[in-house]
Amino acid sequence: MEALTLLAWIFDGLLGVGLLWLAWQALTSPDLFRAIVLFIAFGLLMALAWVRLEAPDVALAEAAIGAGLTGALLLAAFAKLCSITASEDAKTADGERIYIRLTHYWIPAVTVLLVAVGLGYVVLSLPPYVTGLSVEVAANLKSSGVSNPVTAVLLNFRGYDTLLEMVVLLLALLGVWSLGGSALRREAAPGLVLDTLARVLVPLLLLVAAYLLWVGAHAPGGAFQAGAVLGAAGVLLLLAGWRPHVGLMAWPLRLMLVAGPAAFVVMAAVLYMIEGRLLEFPPAQAGMLILILETAATVSIGVTLAALFLGGNPQNYKDQR
Amino acid sequence: MSAAFLYALVGTGLFSLGLYGLIVYAHLLRKILALNVMGSGIFLVLVALARRTGEAQPDAVPHAMVITGIVVAVSATALALILMLRVAAETGSAELPDDQRESH
Repeated sequence: MEALTLLAWIFDGLLGVGLLWLAWQALTSPDLFRAIVLFIAFGLLMALAWVRLEAPDVALAEAAIGAGLTGALLLAAFAKLCSITASEDAKTADGERIYIRLTHYWIPAVTVLLVAVGLGYVVLSLPPYVTGLSVEVAANLKSSGVSNPVTAVLLNFRGYDTLLEMVVLLLALLGVWSLGGSALRREAAPGLVLDTLARVLVPLLLLVAAYLLWVGAHAPGGAFQAGAVLGAAGVLLLLAGWRPHVGLMAWPLRLMLVAGPAAFVVMAAVLYMIEGRLLEFPPAQAGMLILILETAATVSIGVTLAALFLGGNPQNYKDQR
Repeated sequence: MSAAFLYALVGTGLFSLGLYGLIVYAHLLRKILALNVMGSGIFLVLVALARRTGEAQPDAVPHAMVITGIVVAVSATALALILMLRVAAETGSAELPDDQRESH
């Protein structure tokens, strides 16, 4: 037992140092491409940290989004940036210039160090043992309709957080569509490896997404993780050169994008009329209602994330033809 | 000190590193990376402090907040990247202009 605790401490220490080191490397690496790849590795280590902190739901979300989708977004944007600007400007100029002006980085360094010390002091002065809201969550878990506390909080106790989050996703996509221009420029034909991989992985990813959605009721998983996996499947298809039929671009796509927020709003309105409170589920039907909401949310999150990767309004493509 | 505080301190460290990167670098892509590192630091502090429940289950409310936060962070990153590309398309460079250099 003693040796096991020591091993856990060594692991935690190494993981902490590794996180800080990778973050530093990702921020300071003179080569931007290297910086992005290091950031993706940082995301994977974060997923390990979530597991160590007994937050498997967060670990799943981080592995799919923090390490996967964010990396894909960054790399795609970097490739576009290189084609816009002279590529050497994007790569080295920034790294070199940093070391020219010492005053420009000593003053921020001292200020940030003071902030770090202050934050560390505040964190260490917190009480070492608190129950937080875990007692309340456990006490009300029976009436929530699900047995996974994180899903209960996300979809039932704090359902309006999730409702507003769906709106944030939609707003981000509206911003991307307004600024991104046309996006469906066909890239070079994918290699045989990517093509085969997409054929094998996409059905598997769809299966995993459905499983995560279903299992979220009583084990780590749920709408966000399932939506992220669905989004990853969409990104893989887009990378492999697949483009949805132009006819699907108009209202079917938009319908899928708003399915999540719309389901939430309708559910909130109906429940308000029946129960008198927004998003307060009757315990008997809560499980079923949450599954309906989660399904709509999964589709919306997945399609929105894939559309964010595409980077522009697919409708413009139709207009150009 | 328990493991929860170790991770919370790593979280504050990540936040500070990100803040430094955000201030110091002129390249917009580096600023976006720095913001993401800051966000990860905040998430780590939240989840680490939720682990202070001893032997009992960790607090699920911060976990749910962080999952929401991760999804919001990725959508904000996508929007920021598009803004960066637009700036690069308009000005020819994704670096913010240096005021001092221009005034001389």
